[in-house]
Amino acid sequence: MDISTQDTKTPPPSPQPSAAEQKRAAHGATRPGDRIFLGLSRGSGILLLALMAAIAVFLTYRASLAISKDDANFLTAFEWNTGVVPPRFGIAVLAFGTIVSSIVAMVIAVPIAVAIALFLTHYAPRKLSGPIAYVIDLLAAVPSIVYGLWGALILVPNMTGLFGWLDTYFGWTGIFSWEGGAPRSMLTVGILLAIMILPIITNVSREVFRQVPQMHEEAALALGATRWEVIRMSVLPFGRSGVISASMLGLGRALGETMAVATVLSPDFLIHGSLLNPGGGTFAQNIASKFGEATEFGRDALIASGLVLFVITLLVNGAARAIIARRKEYSGANA
Amino acid sequence: MAKRIDVSGLTAYYGTHKAIEDISMTVEPRSVTAFIGPSGCGKSTFLRTLNRMHEVTPGGRVEGKVLLDDEDLYGAGIDPVSVRREVGMVFQRPNPFPTMSIFDNVAAGLRLNGNYKKSELQDVVEKSLKGANLWNEVKDRLNKPGSGLSGGQQQRLCIARAIAVEPNVLLMDEPCSALDPISTLAIEDLIGELKERFTIVIVTHNMQQAARVSDRTAFFNLAAVGQPGKLIEIDDTERIFSNPSVQATEDYISGRFG
Repeated sequence: MDISTQDTKTPPPSPQPSAAEQKRAAHGATRPGDRIFLGLSRGSGILLLALMAAIAVFLTYRASLAISKDDANFLTAFEWNTGVVPPRFGIAVLAFGTIVSSIVAMVIAVPIAVAIALFLTHYAPRKLSGPIAYVIDLLAAVPSIVYGLWGALILVPNMTGLFGWLDTYFGWTGIFSWEGGAPRSMLTVGILLAIMILPIITNVSREVFRQVPQMHEEAALALGATRWEVIRMSVLPFGRSGVISASMLGLGRALGETMAVATVLSPDFLIHGSLLNPGGGTFAQNIASKFGEATEFGRDALIASGLVLFVITLLVNGAARAIIARRKEYSGANA
Repeated sequence: MAKRIDVSGLTAYYGTHKAIEDISMTVEPRSVTAFIGPSGCGKSTFLRTLNRMHEVTPGGRVEGKVLLDDEDLYGAGIDPVSVRREVGMVFQRPNPFPTMSIFDNVAAGLRLNGNYKKSELQDVVEKSLKGANLWNEVKDRLNKPGSGLSGGQQQRLCIARAIAVEPNVLLMDEPCSALDPISTLAIEDLIGELKERFTIVIVTHNMQQAARVSDRTAFFNLAAVGQPGKLIEIDDTERIFSNPSVQATEDYISGRFG
């Protein structure tokens, strides 16, 4: 109403609006509501970047204090002695343990999560899929220390059978050889992490699978595809990038998981070729175990290890984005 | 191998809602039959019962008989999956598999049905794309995604995909309603060529289109919203558009409907 009266009373002086005006109009920032929203959203974006930068600066500064005094090679040393003079510490074992436990978790969790998501969206009757989805949501709400306690009290004692079986039949691979120690090893940690990241991967995958356009599924059905073939031809290709994103969310949690790992693992500073023998460590677990009693310098050293975890997480996310972008023209997004 | 469709006493439901009631008709092989009628009259539903796509919708079920030559599509022990391999379908909106190349889109149906050698696949893909009048436009970019084509090309790609498996019947559910007039003309020409080989049933909202492409036309109508759709009459297209035997058909065709 305002605009129309304005238009009739005062026609614009020039028929061509200036470039700046056009730009402003295109951004939709001429009305107060638009301006406020633009300010809010832009501010939030900038705040996020500023926070990330602040964390990076903090980590880098404190880390550099510690690394400059490190007598051993920070990246390759198999020890963590920050209290001695000169201090000797390195992150090799932590990086190895973090990555190995996360890989184990992903290998177990991703196929199961995708299978559950497919079951909920394409196989289960509606009456069943609701309650199952609810239980999976509950799984995500359990605090990680509870998982840790469950892992230490229930999972660890019950792993000996599986470990013996793996050692008997697959011990020759080296990865599954077992010397009979308590099963507080990377495999147990990986299984526990898998259970913990299962809900997030399942939920995100389920959402993605649910959004597969009906017409893509009908395209496969009309060719005479069975339900599984519909999933293979239409659902999985469409959901692929979403499943990768979901997995990355899970991987992020697995990489940074602290209390559950600290409760289950019996750590040492060695790299073990076998997943079954106890020992090793992860960044987050190492920080949690040592931070309380660490000196000022010890804390800086732990922060340095945290910086490495930060970088690894960034690399993993970058890799995931690259994978998604590589086949973008084939994704369902441009259909 | 085009086959005759023989429908008798077909009633289809969505849950408790009766969508179409007691429909009987015969569709001759190597002919084009057009279904016309107002929105909601059940012509798409009826089309989808002809390849058992109707029952994919939750609650969808059917009573009655659909014979393809002598085989009852709803007979005991008939697998809907094998029915759909015999009765191909093209949809309202072009729906090539977005993650597949043009080649893979056309080969998709064959790959479902068994193992083919690469050279066999290439032959069929070329033949199907030529059959869909698309070969000259895409022969240099068979490995590019099908979703990169224009809407009309995508629809012809979908037709190529449907005829690649040599179905007995080709169902088309408003295949041109999302296309511009030139692409529509290309599809209509194609329909004229395809009827040499297939039995074709097409649902359309465009009465000129029905008059142009079809040999026979069926008019569907419903008494009121919520009532099941019924077949009012089916006759030679020429007769339906010049001298229909039911008044409602004439009203609809001449635009005096509703």
